Amino acid sequence: METLVYRFEQGQRKLGSAAQLVGVVSSGNLEVLVQSLDLQSACEIEVNTAAVGFGVIWQAVMNDFNQRWQLADCRIAINDMGATPAVVSLRMDQAIEACLEQAK
Amino acid sequence: MSSYLEATARQRVAALISEFTEFLPPAKEWTSPHLPQLNAPVSFDDGVIIGRGTVDGKQVYVAAQEGGFMGGAVGEVHGAKLVGLMRAAVIHKPQALVLLAESGGVRLHEANAGLIAVSEVMRALLAVRAAGIPVIVVIGGSNGCFGGMGIVSRCANVIIMSEEARLAMSGPEVIETANGVEEFDSRDRALVWRTTGGKHRYLLGDCQMLVADDDAAFKAAIVQGMQDSIQSEVALSLAALEGEQEMLTARLQDLGNKIDPMDIWAAMGVEHPEDIAILDTEAFLQLTASIRQTERQHG
Repeated sequence: METLVYRFEQGQRKLGSAAQLVGVVSSGNLEVLVQSLDLQSACEIEVNTAAVGFGVIWQAVMNDFNQRWQLADCRIAINDMGATPAVVSLRMDQAIEACLEQAK
Repeated sequence: MSSYLEATARQRVAALISEFTEFLPPAKEWTSPHLPQLNAPVSFDDGVIIGRGTVDGKQVYVAAQEGGFMGGAVGEVHGAKLVGLMRAAVIHKPQALVLLAESGGVRLHEANAGLIAVSEVMRALLAVRAAGIPVIVVIGGSNGCFGGMGIVSRCANVIIMSEEARLAMSGPEVIETANGVEEFDSRDRALVWRTTGGKHRYLLGDCQMLVADDDAAFKAAIVQGMQDSIQSEVALSLAALEGEQEMLTARLQDLGNKIDPMDIWAAMGVEHPEDIAILDTEAFLQLTASIRQTERQHG
């Protein structure tokens, strides 16, 4: 297992929703838990992944994610079982969309 | 039609249960203490969702196992959540406890903690029944319901299955590993399904209801199961246990020498047992209505 932590400062968008979980920790899949939390406008992402040594790719996927959403005061926790970058992006977007839906 | 088989545990709860409130939701992050020691990933709900809600306007307590996470296997936290839900049910007396089961049994990574957890679940389930609350088990996931959870299921008042669902003690691979491929070929999917699948279980009376793989059909069956339970004895009784023992003895006597489930169906009076596998649920239920083994006493 490998733990990777990312923090993006000065986000623009607050979700303000109850915690949301999407996805399942199964082979080639992951679960994404999104919680609203006072982080001084930052977005914090913690990844626990079974696939060791892919930190550079995770960094790129997280950078893209941050550019898409610019989240503030948001904590994201991920349990991953070897999902591909495309699946990771899809699940993370799905989780944020679930939050936006819930906050309506 | 919305497939129950294809859905995740969370999707199943959303489809079947109204006004759902989750106990110990994933944000609490009650994860397995054992898996990190083995360098294995954890899940924020440890593979089971518990909570309360309503079905057809009636208050129910619900648990749903996620087959995608370690095959729905029961670890220490997973089991403790099931036990806690059942103990809460005894206190708060919902109209039923609904268990959406999908599990390979004990999570072997957690060894004794998992084994103890499963036995505690059995005890808690019987306490729920003793409190007069019917337990309804729904099996319709691709991982089936095996091992300790197979036993737990058979402790329930009502079992609802789909044709795609499987219910047994040892899984196909386990039997093949222990007794050889001549005894049981785990890659022979037709054999696996006619031995453990919903149709066979229904014919033998091991499950009470067989439904198509559809959320609405499962939901209707849960409502029916709750209604049926009102008229029957919910708590486990000695008489019911003795009845079960008699039924099993007779089954062994009458059918114990049959090699293949198709031989059993033929002995039960199915004219063309080779056709059973391809019948859709509706046609199967019509064809077998008169020959199905009498429903076991609730017990």
